[in-house]
Amino acid sequence: MTSDRIIIAGAGHAGGSAAAMLRQLGWKTGITLVGEEPLPPYQRPPLSKAWLKGEADADSLALRPLGFYNDADIELKLGMSVTKIDPAAHQVTFSDDDSMHYAQLILATGSRARRIPLPGIDQANVLELRTAADADKLKAVLGPGKRLAVVGGGYIGLEAAASARALGAEVTIVEIAPRVLARVACEILSNFFQDFHRSQGVTIELGAGVQALEGTGTVTGVRLADGRVIPCDAALIGVGGVPNEELARDAGIACDGGIVVDLSARTSDPDIFAIGDCTKRPLPLYNRSMRLESVPNALEQAKQAASAICGRPPPSPEVPWFWSDQYDLRLQIVGLPFDAIEIVVRGDLAAGKFALFHLTADGTVQAVEAVNASTEFMGGRRIIQRRKQLTAARIADPTVTMQELAS
Amino acid sequence: MPKITFIEHNGTPHTVEIAVGKSVMQAAVENNVPGIDADCGGECACATCHVYVDAAWLSKTGLPAAGSQEASMLSFAAVTQPDSRLSCQIKVSDELDGLVVRMPEGQH
Repeated sequence: MTSDRIIIAGAGHAGGSAAAMLRQLGWKTGITLVGEEPLPPYQRPPLSKAWLKGEADADSLALRPLGFYNDADIELKLGMSVTKIDPAAHQVTFSDDDSMHYAQLILATGSRARRIPLPGIDQANVLELRTAADADKLKAVLGPGKRLAVVGGGYIGLEAAASARALGAEVTIVEIAPRVLARVACEILSNFFQDFHRSQGVTIELGAGVQALEGTGTVTGVRLADGRVIPCDAALIGVGGVPNEELARDAGIACDGGIVVDLSARTSDPDIFAIGDCTKRPLPLYNRSMRLESVPNALEQAKQAASAICGRPPPSPEVPWFWSDQYDLRLQIVGLPFDAIEIVVRGDLAAGKFALFHLTADGTVQAVEAVNASTEFMGGRRIIQRRKQLTAARIADPTVTMQELAS
Repeated sequence: MPKITFIEHNGTPHTVEIAVGKSVMQAAVENNVPGIDADCGGECACATCHVYVDAAWLSKTGLPAAGSQEASMLSFAAVTQPDSRLSCQIKVSDELDGLVVRMPEGQH
């Protein structure tokens, strides 16, 4: 039976937001939101921060109050996933073998933690951090005197380390690269965060490969490539994410390290959209396509898909941004440092209040990394959007305000 | 519960109820009022929950303090006016029952 239903596969930040935006834009007919987890859509960023520290409750984590889905006539299918798409028949199959027709399908399948094939990886207390259930497991093993080994010095690892310290645990971060945040931030920022974490009592092992996880059923240590063992009560593995693109690929939809979409979030099938972590999307500002794993990107693509489905003009291309909170540091990054050849510091690194401006050869600002410097972040966003060119001397000059720089 | 009226840029009004202690931004998000993006979830970090406070209510909501994080964020928000606020920074109280805010043309 045909219908004019929209099915959204994946009820994370992207999927949940797309459902709400479709209603905001006036979509009248059926919407079914399918989520693998038992919870209605919730915010993931607090999982490594306020939630882990016990400062947030389930209500404050929820993207919308539970009553919202009823009121907005959005059908929630939780504890369920889409296992197969038949694009020709416009039909999906669910994990309970039931099937449903769609007029348009939105894939919001997200990403999963990258798994590394290490000896001992399947033991108890070897954890990852993607879901609320993961965060609860991690929380249960943290506390005064507990030892946490974090494998991977990325954002999840660093945020979890900061929260674990707040809970009184001893923390060692093991990173295979010569610096933390090596994939996602510049060296100045990496050094700043390394120093800060060390000042908070975190041990950081750099250039350290992991050979195995020790233990006889429950992890007791992380054995490094040089033979040393970091003893621990739990190990958190945070070594990046893998896009959940298999469902799309099996249906013949174009994938290339992420489900390929256009600026309307449309895939190679005109009636199938994809949004959030699972996509590889164009970035007109940088003349490239890439995968962006962030809440602002999930929201932006949800808006793109909802606009296209409702026949509205697409939102104007955004400047990608990202944030991370660690201790009392708020890092906000706007833009991406492609083709940048110079980094200019504005503010005071030692005082923990500064911004790093990434400039190309012609002085175009490509990205701004701001620590406890929201004005620089906001001004940077405007400067990047307008493709403004600035000189290093002017950026670094504290007597020139951000308002002046951005105008 | 206090009532708050959001008026979209195209003039469409939405009157919603919200518990005391929550923010005006939460009132919009929980009731799916269009025009408030709230990308950062209420951290005063993104300026995408920008509203104009109705003149009759300005004395009760007040304006952001000079030099505050909110004032600094607003100085770069799209289409600001003298009555601009970030709705995540307005806490709902009984005193604000009946508050009217208007949306800017866009949040970016």
